[in-house]
Amino acid sequence: MKRANPMRQRLAALGLLGIPLLTFPLVGLPGGEWGGVPMAYIYLFGIWSALVLLAAWVAERKAK
Amino acid sequence: MLSPAFILLLSALYMGALFAVARFGDARADAGRSIISANVYALSLAVYCTSWTFYGSVGRATSGGLSFLTIYLGPTLMLLFVGVIVKMIRISKAQRITSIADFIASRYGKSQLLAGLVTIIAVIGVVPYIALQLKAVAASLDVLFEGSGASLDGVLDSTFIIAAFLALFTILFGTRHLDATERHEGMVAAIAFESVVKLIAFIAVGLFVTYSMFNGFADIFERAKAAPALARLLQLDATRAGTWSALILLSGLAILLLPRQFQIIVVENVDETHLRRAVWLFPLYLVLINIFVLPLALGGMLHFGSQAANPDTFVLTLPLARGAEGLALLVFLGGLSAATGMVIVETIALSTMVCNDLVMPWLLRSRWLGVAERRDLSGLLLGIRRAAIVLILLLGYIYFRAAGEAYALVGIGLISFAAVAQFAPAMFGGMYWKQGTRAGAIAGLLGGFSVWLYTLLLPSFARSGWVDSSFVVDGLFGIEALRAQALFGLRGLDEISHALWWSLLVNIGLYVGVSLNSRPDAVEAGQAERFVDIYRHGAVDADQRLWRGSATPDELVGMLERFLGPQRAHQQLAAFASAHGVPDWRKLPADAAFVRFAEGQLSGAIGSASARVMVASVAREENIGLEEVLDILDEATQVRAYSRELEIKSRELEAATTELREANDRLRELDRMKDDFVSTVTHELRTPLTSIRALSEMLFDDPEMALDDRSRFLGIIVNEAERLTRLINQILDMAKLESGRAEWTSSEVDLGEVVREAMDSVGQLFREKGVALAGDFPAALPLVLADRDRLMQVTINLLSNAVKFVPGGSGQVDVRVGVRDGCVRVEVADNGPGLTAEECSLVFEKFRQGGNTLTGKPQGTGLGLPISKQIVEYFGGNLWVESTPGKGAKFIFTVPLPAPEA
Repeated sequence: MKRANPMRQRLAALGLLGIPLLTFPLVGLPGGEWGGVPMAYIYLFGIWSALVLLAAWVAERKAK
Repeated sequence: MLSPAFILLLSALYMGALFAVARFGDARADAGRSIISANVYALSLAVYCTSWTFYGSVGRATSGGLSFLTIYLGPTLMLLFVGVIVKMIRISKAQRITSIADFIASRYGKSQLLAGLVTIIAVIGVVPYIALQLKAVAASLDVLFEGSGASLDGVLDSTFIIAAFLALFTILFGTRHLDATERHEGMVAAIAFESVVKLIAFIAVGLFVTYSMFNGFADIFERAKAAPALARLLQLDATRAGTWSALILLSGLAILLLPRQFQIIVVENVDETHLRRAVWLFPLYLVLINIFVLPLALGGMLHFGSQAANPDTFVLTLPLARGAEGLALLVFLGGLSAATGMVIVETIALSTMVCNDLVMPWLLRSRWLGVAERRDLSGLLLGIRRAAIVLILLLGYIYFRAAGEAYALVGIGLISFAAVAQFAPAMFGGMYWKQGTRAGAIAGLLGGFSVWLYTLLLPSFARSGWVDSSFVVDGLFGIEALRAQALFGLRGLDEISHALWWSLLVNIGLYVGVSLNSRPDAVEAGQAERFVDIYRHGAVDADQRLWRGSATPDELVGMLERFLGPQRAHQQLAAFASAHGVPDWRKLPADAAFVRFAEGQLSGAIGSASARVMVASVAREENIGLEEVLDILDEATQVRAYSRELEIKSRELEAATTELREANDRLRELDRMKDDFVSTVTHELRTPLTSIRALSEMLFDDPEMALDDRSRFLGIIVNEAERLTRLINQILDMAKLESGRAEWTSSEVDLGEVVREAMDSVGQLFREKGVALAGDFPAALPLVLADRDRLMQVTINLLSNAVKFVPGGSGQVDVRVGVRDGCVRVEVADNGPGLTAEECSLVFEKFRQGGNTLTGKPQGTGLGLPISKQIVEYFGGNLWVESTPGKGAKFIFTVPLPAPEA
């Protein structure tokens, strides 16, 4: 009788975390540039990749 | 040189390779060795990235900067809510759902009307999107031909040829045979292959432009910053925050609701666990394919400057500008992959919907084709699907020819997204809200679709000049509030957000409002229950009781033969029969299970709504009222609740049993100890009694006994009686200690004095046995608070134990008294045989005697040490033994010093 699936809940939590991180006003926050690359570009791809990697970690760790 | 013939030949070869992959996949599927792994599944999801992504993203980035990313952030976030997708897959498998129209129709009572409505919306919404793919392929050919200086005469034909080729290809892929699951593993494999090709091609051109034409990211960004027109693309525009969120929502919905995405994610899913991979691998794919979009867009604008180059084709024109023809060809193939993948899956999904939800219901009703009488309809079904594929592509082609130049690629894609977003309330409401009704779903869909039509599609027509644009400029009938892209004066949004906002408002409002004010019929209520509680509806018992009626096996079999073809029908029947333990399917009883099986098979072939109509036509079904349906479902729910309770109870019971067993074990051990105790006590009492009795009898029988003997005997009798008394005293003592009724006196005690006195009182024993007794006392010892007599008892006990175990003559017992760690410590060390580690703890148990009790005569009562331990512990001290076998034993007890006065 186990209903709660911890993996699904962790992923959903990641999704809920990602929504504010990837929408305004937070995405409008980073300004300037770093090493010639605009911070907005680095922020978006950084957060996005981090979400993907965390999701991979959560999903594949449980797969074992 | 890139001649048109060469390019077309290459395209044909590529399509051939694709086809080979698909055939291989199908062959493996037929052989039962599916090649659809988690990775293939995840990659096939990338059919989401069409030529709109491949060419259009760059174009979009040239005008909107980073906002093109929203189209890919939405799906990333949506996929993380994997529970929703799992639920969709579960429901679809349980209900044999083959398309999104089927899904929604099935949820709301297998309604043909709803299925048709969803199909129409999907076709109208998606045909422009298909046209977009054709346009992209045409545009890419255009660029290549231009680059080679070839004439443009063949372009019109080549687009048509491509459309025709795609139709043929899709027919070969998608309609090889009728399948109850509507799964196409070969196609999925080919799509995954195409996903890899387009990713490689895009990254290749990205690397080429970024690192070969420019000096890396920083260089491009630096140069863009210097150009005033480009600098604004590098920052996010906070005034477009609403659009940003709207596009994330829109694309998040599209990833599940576009017919092709539903097909790939839900229908083509072979194993739920594949989602674990897809949930991150597909977003990773999206990240990778987007990294170079902005550099490409900026690079193109920097390179071409003010020249009128089409940004949608930068990925081709940039390498061509440097003469990298091989790379341009690879990019062309990538774009071709993106376009063909989308067209194939989308047309297959749409053709299934058109056939099952538009054509079949109409054919089954109309008489002029004589469909109802035809023996084998499977051929007809396939024919309809093939025709639908051709028709959809033809529509796309016509749209392309008519509107091709009217609008940028990006606009068309988003219009389609907004169309399918209208499915969201009915879809998700249906999955999580039992009260959602058919009337609500229809109202919501119609309302949302109308708003979409008015605010998005018709204005795009107006822009192409097909319809008068006055309703956009001045409002319908000149009413300003009805201006199509500023409805009720809503301004400050782009057209997509504007349309999405109004259409979803109307859609959700109508769906919820009408649902709350309408009553579902029996079928609908049952389906609502099955969809919402899919995780709980594992059992089929309630399902079977929900159908009542009569049918004959012949009619059901005949119906299956007609729609599936005799051969396939017989295969499925045999499988069903063997699963139910019936050796021959001809002997199957026409019960509820059989009827459900038949309906399920038909659902796969012609959709759930038509299947229901067909089954109803051969099976005389009794109408079960709504109340009864709900009763049956409630009952099933209750049974489940009871069984859950039962499970909890039985778990509790199990725990209680374990506890009881442990308690029982403890009791039995105690019982055994009591028995031991009694038998030991009896034994101990009998030994002195026996000798007393024997000697007394001798004295009694022989009055003439010599006086010496007589007094010796009497001496023994007295000794034995004393021992008896001692034993009884100790037992009583023990009993008192254990029950806590012992009397204690407390006074200041000099432990050294106590020990000295004890040594004196047992000195005789030592001298008799020839054992040396030595004491070591410090001059002055602190006093402890204790019972003097009891401590004396303990010391004497330890001393007499020691003397018992040391060898006579060479025995040596040393007593030391000292202070350590806030305790007065008394050590009694002997040079006897010593104790094993196990014995060290055993000796403190009652009646456990030192030495081997089996062979040697017991030398004590076995109560001395337990009593001593209790006494010492009563005063807060401790009693233990340190010993190694063969090296003597050292018994130590401590009594704590009184706490110092504060």
